Amino acid sequence: MIEFILARYNYWIVIALMMTGLYIVFSRGNLVKTLIGLNLFQTSVFIFYITMGKVFGGTAPILLGGHAEEGHGEEHGGDHAESTHGTAYGEHEDSYASDPLHEGGAVNTIEETHAELSPGESLHTAPEGAVNELARAETPAGDVAKAALDHGTEILYSNPLPHVLILTAIVVGVATTAVGLSLAVRIREAYGTVEEDRLEAIDNQDDRAEVLV
Amino acid sequence: MLLDDLPVLPVILPLIAAPVCLLLPNNKLSGSFATVVAWGAFILSVMLLQQIATGGAAEYALGGWASPLGIVYRIDLAGAIVMSLVSLMAAVTLPYAIESIRAEINGYQISAFFAMFLICFAGLMGVVATGDAFNVFVFLEISSLSTYTLVALGAKRDRRALTAAFTYLVLGTIGATFFVIGLGLLYQVTGTLNMLDINEQMQGQDNKVVRAGYAFIVTGIALKLAMFPLHRWLPDAYTYAPSAVTAFLASTSTKVAIYAMLRFLFTVFGFSFGFADVAFTFFLILGLIGMFYASTVAIFREDVKMILAYSSVAQIGYMLLGISFATVDGVGAALVHVVQHAVMKSALFMAVGAVFFAVGSHRLSAYKGLAKKMPITTAAFLIGGLSLIGVPLTGGFISKWVLIQAAFGSVQPVPTLLIVLMIVASSLLAVAYVGRIAWTMLLEDPDNNAPVKAVPLGMTIPMLLMAGLTLYLGIDAGGLIELCRAAAESLLGTGLGFGSAS
Repeated sequence: MIEFILARYNYWIVIALMMTGLYIVFSRGNLVKTLIGLNLFQTSVFIFYITMGKVFGGTAPILLGGHAEEGHGEEHGGDHAESTHGTAYGEHEDSYASDPLHEGGAVNTIEETHAELSPGESLHTAPEGAVNELARAETPAGDVAKAALDHGTEILYSNPLPHVLILTAIVVGVATTAVGLSLAVRIREAYGTVEEDRLEAIDNQDDRAEVLV
Repeated sequence: MLLDDLPVLPVILPLIAAPVCLLLPNNKLSGSFATVVAWGAFILSVMLLQQIATGGAAEYALGGWASPLGIVYRIDLAGAIVMSLVSLMAAVTLPYAIESIRAEINGYQISAFFAMFLICFAGLMGVVATGDAFNVFVFLEISSLSTYTLVALGAKRDRRALTAAFTYLVLGTIGATFFVIGLGLLYQVTGTLNMLDINEQMQGQDNKVVRAGYAFIVTGIALKLAMFPLHRWLPDAYTYAPSAVTAFLASTSTKVAIYAMLRFLFTVFGFSFGFADVAFTFFLILGLIGMFYASTVAIFREDVKMILAYSSVAQIGYMLLGISFATVDGVGAALVHVVQHAVMKSALFMAVGAVFFAVGSHRLSAYKGLAKKMPITTAAFLIGGLSLIGVPLTGGFISKWVLIQAAFGSVQPVPTLLIVLMIVASSLLAVAYVGRIAWTMLLEDPDNNAPVKAVPLGMTIPMLLMAGLTLYLGIDAGGLIELCRAAAESLLGTGLGFGSAS
C-alpha cells in the first residue's frame, strides 16, 4: 500500500498543487492573489502532462538512429547522442576528434544531469512494487540508451507529444496571466483597489445610485 | 484548388486578417475590412455546408499529415451548420459594430477592437472545424482570451465591465484547465488525440480514468457554456460588454460551446460508454432547474441587458434538455434551438444596443414609452421577445415545438409529460420578463418628450435583418429542421448508432 502511494508521488504533487491553487482562487479576495492561485492550478496540469510523457527507463525523445552505425563499438557512441542540444552531429565529431579532453568533460556533465533526473522522473511507470530502491539501482536512462545502441537493440524514448502539448498550454497560460494582470491594473486605475470586497461594495453603491436616478 | 482547401479557409481567413486589421487606421476602414472578411468567411462556410450536405463530411489534413498522426479538420453537417451560423453572426454584427462602437469605446482602440473581434471569430470557427481534441482547447482559449478583452472594452461606459471580464477570465480559465486535465486522462488511456481515433481506442473501455476524464471534460465545457450552476460569469459579462460584443457573444460563444459538448459526448465518448447515462440525467435535471431559476431571476432585474443575459442562461437549459434526451430528435431539437436562439438573441441585443445608442442607458426605466420615439427598434425588440416566449410564427415557437416532440419520443427517468409541462411553464416565465419590458415600452408614458438621437442605418439594417430572419425561420422552418435532424443523425451515427432507435 505504501509502495503504491510512494510510486505515484508525482501524482500526489499534482493533486496537492491543484487543490492549493483552486483553494487560493476561491478564498482570496485580492485579484492578484487570485491570479497566483490560477497559475498554481495550471502549473499542476503542466506537471501532470510531463509525468504522463515519461516512459520508465526511456531517454530524451531525440532520434538516435543513423548514428548507431558509425558509433557502434566505440565508447562515445551513446554520449554523442546524449549531447542533445540541437548541434549537428558533424560538428561534434570534429571537436571530439581534435580534443579528447573536451570529450571527457562533455560526458561528465551529461552523466551529472542524468543522475539528477532519472530517479525522480522515471518513477511513475515503475511496475507496482518496484519502488525507490529499484529506481535508484537502475542505470541512468542515458546509459540504457547507450547500451541499447551498443547491442543494436531498440532504444526506449520518452513520449514527446505530451511535452509539446504542454508547451502550447504553457503559452496559453502565460497569455491568460498577462491578460488577467493587465485587467487587474485597469481595475486598480478605475476603482483604486484590487480587493474583491471593496470592489463589490463600490459596485453596489453605484447600483443604488443608478436606481435613485 | 480553392475548393480543396474549403474546410480550412473560413478559420484561416479571419485569423490572418486580424493582424492586418490592427495595422489599419482607427476609422471606418478597419471595421469595413473586418466586415468584408466576415462576409467572405460566411460565403465560404455556406459553400462548405452545401458541399457537406450533398457529399458527406469533409476532412482536411493540415500540413499533409494523415488522420491519426497529424491534426485534421473534420467538419460534418452539424459542424457546417454551426460554422455558417457563427460566420453569419459575425458578418451581421460587424457592420453594426462600426457604428455602435464609436460611442462606446475610445477612439484609439477601434482597429484593435476589430482585430480582437476577428481573432475571437477565428477561434470560434476553429473549435467547430477541428477534429483534434487538443486543438479544441487551443481554439477555445484563442476565442476566450479575445473575449475577455472585448468584454473589458466596455469599461469606457461602465467600469464594472472590468470586474465582469476578470470574473469571466478566472472562471473561463478554470473551465479550460479542467478540459485539459480531462484530455490528459483520455490521452493516457488511448494514446491519441484525434477525436474519431479516441472513440475507436476507447471502445468497450470503462474504468476510473475514463470516467474521471469524462467528468473533467464535461465540467470544463459546462463552465464555458454557462450551464446552470456554472453560469455566474455570464450575466455580468453580457451586461457590461459593448453592445455589438454582447450581440455577437450571446449568439455564438455559448453555441459553439454547446457544439463542443455535443462533439465530445457523442463523437468522442459515444454510447458504448455506460457512464454517459449519469451525465444525461445531470443535464436533464440541471437544464430544467436552470430554465426556471434563470427565468425567475430575469423577471426581477432592472437592467434590460441583464434580463436578456439571464434569459440566455435559461435558453441554454432548453438546449441541454434536448441533448439529455440523447436521441436524434432531441439533439436535432437542440441544434434547431441553437440556430433560432442565436438569431433572436442577436436581434434583441442589437435592439438594446440601438436604444443604448439613442438614450444612453439600458436600464428598464429608460425604456418608458419608447414605442413612440423609436418605433422600428421597438418592433425589432418585440419580434425577438415574442420569439423568446415561443409565440407561433416566430422562430422560438418552432424550436420549442420540436423540443416537445422530441421529449414525447424519448424514454426518461421522469414522466415525459412532466418535462413537457415544465417547458411550457418556463415559457410562461418568459412571458413575464418579456412582458415587463414590452409593457414599459408600449404603455408607459415617457419621462420627457425630448427627441432621441437618430440611430444610423448601419445599426438598423442588421437589427431588422435578424428580426426578419426570426420571422422567416418561424414560418418556413422545414429546411432547417430537416438539416438539423440530418446533422444529429451524423453526430449520433459515429457513436454506434444507439440514437437511431427512435
